[in-house]
Amino acid sequence: MSTTGPTGSAAPAAPAHSPGTSGRMRRFAALVLKESTQVVRDPSSILIALVLPMILLFLFGYGVSLDATRTRIGVVMEAATPVIRDLAASFQASRYFEVEVGQDRRQFEDRLILGEVRGIVVIPAQFAAEGAGRGTPTIQVIVDGSEPNTASFVENYAQGVVSGWARMRMTDVTGGTAGQPAISVEQRFWFNPELASRNFLVPGSIAIVMTLVGTLLTALVVAREWERGTMEAMMATPVTAAELLAGKILPYFLLGLASMTVCVLVAVFVFAVPFRGSVLALYAVSACFLVPALGQGLLISAATKNQFLASQLAMFTGFLPSFLLSGFLFEISSMPEIIQYLTLIVPARYLIPCLQSVFLAGDIWAMFLPHMAVMLAIGALLFVLAARNMRKRIA
Amino acid sequence: MWRTRLRALIVKELLAILRDPRGRMVLIVPPIMQLVIFSFAATLDVTNVDVMVLNRDAGRWGVELIQRIEGAPTFNTVATVDSLDALQAGIDEQSAIAAIQIGPEFSRDIAAGRPAEVQIILDGRRSNAAQIVAGYLSRIVNTLAREVAPANPNIPDLQVVPRTWFNPNRIYQWFMVPNLVAAIALLVGLVVTGLSIARERELGTFDQLMVSPLRTHEILIGKVIPPMMIGTVHITVYILAAVYVFGVPLRGSLVLLYGSAMFYLLAVIGVGLFVSALSATQQQAILGAFLFMVPAMLLSGLATPIDNMPDWLQPITLINPLRYFLEIVWGVFLKDLPPEEILADTIPLALIAVATLGTASWLFRRRME
Repeated sequence: MSTTGPTGSAAPAAPAHSPGTSGRMRRFAALVLKESTQVVRDPSSILIALVLPMILLFLFGYGVSLDATRTRIGVVMEAATPVIRDLAASFQASRYFEVEVGQDRRQFEDRLILGEVRGIVVIPAQFAAEGAGRGTPTIQVIVDGSEPNTASFVENYAQGVVSGWARMRMTDVTGGTAGQPAISVEQRFWFNPELASRNFLVPGSIAIVMTLVGTLLTALVVAREWERGTMEAMMATPVTAAELLAGKILPYFLLGLASMTVCVLVAVFVFAVPFRGSVLALYAVSACFLVPALGQGLLISAATKNQFLASQLAMFTGFLPSFLLSGFLFEISSMPEIIQYLTLIVPARYLIPCLQSVFLAGDIWAMFLPHMAVMLAIGALLFVLAARNMRKRIA
Repeated sequence: MWRTRLRALIVKELLAILRDPRGRMVLIVPPIMQLVIFSFAATLDVTNVDVMVLNRDAGRWGVELIQRIEGAPTFNTVATVDSLDALQAGIDEQSAIAAIQIGPEFSRDIAAGRPAEVQIILDGRRSNAAQIVAGYLSRIVNTLAREVAPANPNIPDLQVVPRTWFNPNRIYQWFMVPNLVAAIALLVGLVVTGLSIARERELGTFDQLMVSPLRTHEILIGKVIPPMMIGTVHITVYILAAVYVFGVPLRGSLVLLYGSAMFYLLAVIGVGLFVSALSATQQQAILGAFLFMVPAMLLSGLATPIDNMPDWLQPITLINPLRYFLEIVWGVFLKDLPPEEILADTIPLALIAVATLGTASWLFRRRME
């Protein structure tokens, strides 16, 4: 009897038929499965990916609004002539103002200081007299400059009420076109004729939510693995660095798309933001954005290897720039030139116009394609940096 | 005796925060960069915008109008397009925020004394900026209209004279930089408090602290005072920068500002301790702080006014410490609010501080027993 049975030689043959690619595929599939299980099991991942986006979207949708509707103002009638009453009534009829009428500006001045009213419109006693004869009747609008944006809107809306009233009155008096100015301006706001700031803020905030999921969540989770040393353990296995990165990223990539989907559903069905583009474009631009967002998270975690520091850096280089330097709320063209250059490396800057267009305008591939290319380029750069950082650590 | 113990604890805390290079970095670099970048970037002003012109008028008035738009300082480039398709593509792709369309009859209408019309097409995807641009363009057109047809002597030319209190030139930084004073104190207060508890937890020294002769409230005081000191330093740096770098007028009393700032910091640190007491791991503490900070910033009037929020949401801002401190910084910097008004905003801060510190202390004590 020989010591080697017939089965002995068959045993090593089994792995021999799966060399190279298919082994790598199996390894990679196992890795993705492991990472996905980890994500699903960790309640904080689900919290960040699904609950936090909803909370943020509700906050942005309801809490952040640039529409100064129903601004409280005081209207001072220094005399109660019919003309003055008529003008004051126009202010009361305006949908932008909540008007309190008084006889003396002093009764509103203190309240303007306290911020209880945002403006005072003073119609002088001689207004009617002047209006009847020659001269220039002057209406004073006092606004609270401590909030400059509200101040400008109160002034513009007040101006609008006064000129609208004047035009109506002229038409009433002369019965013709005398009230009409020599050149009239017709304004057309495309894509958002109702001028609701929510219609562009909600799509923009989806970019911020995706930054959070992509950058903050990835940075935190991977930093925790570095802290615990499980990352080094993984690197000691036959898995290559690229496979490891890809395996880490894939579940978060899908999670990012999932939270984007949740956000879009909320935007359309709760906030009634119109959706005029295609689902394909939505996923294409979002997928391109997740590449730099995840790359940034990985880079932060590889560079810090510490949860606390990673969360701070993710906040400071991810969340805040996508909120403040992306054109979400503040116009990039109004910023100083140096900061405008800085915004060029903020990935959200490229996503936000695409999202706003997908929702409000439709598919504008002439704009999407270059923006997608830039996002992918930034993403590639970040991945290269992250991979180098990891290798350095091991060497 | 307890005084020595407490002092030792405070010194230990400060050393722990300041000796750690990461802690130092987090405390120094981001706040300064935030001040520099965000005070310039966070502006709702609209300047340097790109617009387009489609002029189908052959006469002189169309050219005149375009020249006036080109001459206005607000516009960066005024591009000329020659077809409606090009105009539409330009708006679609956001190469311009507004397009001015002058029809073929424009000059003829003016010459004949008929009412002429100009169309302005604006990008509603940025409706806030677009509205402001529409205002600029309308003003230019109206000025031209007044010169074209001198006012009918029978029709009085109504004038609205605006006057802006507190900030006559409506400089946005006068609004934003004081806001950042309040925001940075929130950020730093939460981070330092969270960091100090998290570190103890990570190293397992929190239990040691609990079994030391220190009483719970002493531990709490030891944890509150160092972030207060660091927060005060940050507030001071920001106030100095606001006044000397950004030229924001400081019209009210510095004493009132610092007095109320102490209560604000107490309230913020109370929230930080409360979040730390609730969370079991560092990750939870970080997320918890974040979950407080973002709503606090958004629902405070920092980015957009509370008045613009829906009515049912506004009461929620009443438990937000940042909301009250923003009123105080605006009041002290720009408005010189009377002391009783500052006090009226400080009392809620004190109440929030008592509530959060009390709950945190109860949670820590319960954990110990």
